[in-house]
Amino acid sequence: MVGLLHQTLSGLATGGVYASLALALVMVHRSTHHLNFAQGEMATFSTYIALMLIQAGLPYWVAFALTVVIAFALGVAVERLLMQRMARASPLAVVGVVIGLLLLFNGLSGWLFGFTIKQFPSPFEGNGGGGAFGGMVSDHEVGMTAVTIAVLIAMSLFFRMTKLGLAMRAAALNPESSRLLGIRVGATLAAGWGVAAGLGAIAGMMVAPIVFLDPNMMAGVLLYAFAGALLGGIDNPAGAVAGGFAVGVIENLGGAYLVGTELKLTLALVIIATVLVVRPAGLFGHVTVRRV
Amino acid sequence: MSALLEVRGLRAGYGAGEVLHGIDFTVAPGGVTALLGANGAGKTTTLRAVCGLLRRAGEIRFDGARIEAAATEDIARRGVAHVPEGRGTFLELSVAENLRLGAYMRRDRGVAADIARVLDHFPQLAPRLRQQAGTLSGGEQQMLAIARALLARPRLLLLDEPSFGLAPLVVQQIFAILRAIRAESGIGILLVEQDASLALALADQACILDAGRIALAGPAATVGRDEQVRRVYLGY
Repeated sequence: MVGLLHQTLSGLATGGVYASLALALVMVHRSTHHLNFAQGEMATFSTYIALMLIQAGLPYWVAFALTVVIAFALGVAVERLLMQRMARASPLAVVGVVIGLLLLFNGLSGWLFGFTIKQFPSPFEGNGGGGAFGGMVSDHEVGMTAVTIAVLIAMSLFFRMTKLGLAMRAAALNPESSRLLGIRVGATLAAGWGVAAGLGAIAGMMVAPIVFLDPNMMAGVLLYAFAGALLGGIDNPAGAVAGGFAVGVIENLGGAYLVGTELKLTLALVIIATVLVVRPAGLFGHVTVRRV
Repeated sequence: MSALLEVRGLRAGYGAGEVLHGIDFTVAPGGVTALLGANGAGKTTTLRAVCGLLRRAGEIRFDGARIEAAATEDIARRGVAHVPEGRGTFLELSVAENLRLGAYMRRDRGVAADIARVLDHFPQLAPRLRQQAGTLSGGEQQMLAIARALLARPRLLLLDEPSFGLAPLVVQQIFAILRAIRAESGIGILLVEQDASLALALADQACILDAGRIALAGPAATVGRDEQVRRVYLGY
């Protein structure tokens, strides 16, 4: 019983990371109808930048904030320099380009920072906290859950309360109407890529102390996040967040009691396949009916 | 008095097909120009061309400045509000969010007061502010679209068939509101409308479009008296 609770809490903690990355995937998909398979590798690259800044002597949270800003700029640059030119390309060509981006960032990470596995510091460890729930979850798990929940709440407020957030939602829903209202749709798309990359960077920095940093760190995380996004509905931000947390719990419980840790990643594929077959729109997604 | 909108030799179309073969018309400051014509004559195309939503050639002047090469969002920023066919409502967003988007370009502090004023014109919308716009009736959606356009504080309003698909009573209500807006705000209106008698009652200038060319243009009263117009478009 204690084991079950432990696995569930630990699943919620990693689920928060999947939720952040799932939200990043959904943000790009809603506005461009493309899946950014490079989202995970961009996050890994940003995490390396964070490590570099920390090793250069910056305090953790300064490095954290700086990394989010750099990741935002990186996302904007990728959209402006590359994806913008793909706006009218066929879906298959876009898939080719994002896979190219995946390889590019994966290679860059290894080339610039090395292929060996590195430790990444946690700002929550070593404070003598001893975790929560009688030591069932570590200090880092508590801290990263707090950070991801805070980020998700901030994102929700941003999209509901701010002018830019509202304009980004409008541009994703109906670009032509948005332009008629004076919204610069191209700029909101770039900002969307930037925010998604920032979310990915936070997810990377939070998960790195657990899984250790190497160029392929986010490959598995991206699969879980993708499963979470599909489970919740690929066009529904709140659904994707819920899906991310759910996948975290399913992964941990399934790994502990069902298939063993070696086969955990297959659970993500099982979820993806099941959702696509049974309910392609996801649990909370809209089914769009198109007249032909 | 120079025109608010002046269009000269406008050509536009979709892909390789040209729909407008060089048309001329103007909208006076605070005036209403009606574009009439059969389905497929090019009325909607004209509005979309003015807003830069499709490829166009010719001369379009708004308030004296050439806008035929400008981007849609820049034309909107100059003060042209377009209520498109199908109303362009953000169906998934709430009514209040749709209204806030209307005021997206504004930096002043009067938006909340303007939303209240617009809701005076459209009292049906007030209790529905938190509802998803997609749950509104057709008439309410048309009202929302006009309200949203007005919140941009435009100087020119382009309306694409505001009566389309609505019950006669609702149509009357919407045109009464348009008359009131015209009287109090001095906004120029370019009106595309199937219902010619309604349009001619509101407009001071009218153009009949036929297969992408202006077949007849002049003061609304004169156009309304034209024998052929009466027979073809007014049915009496």
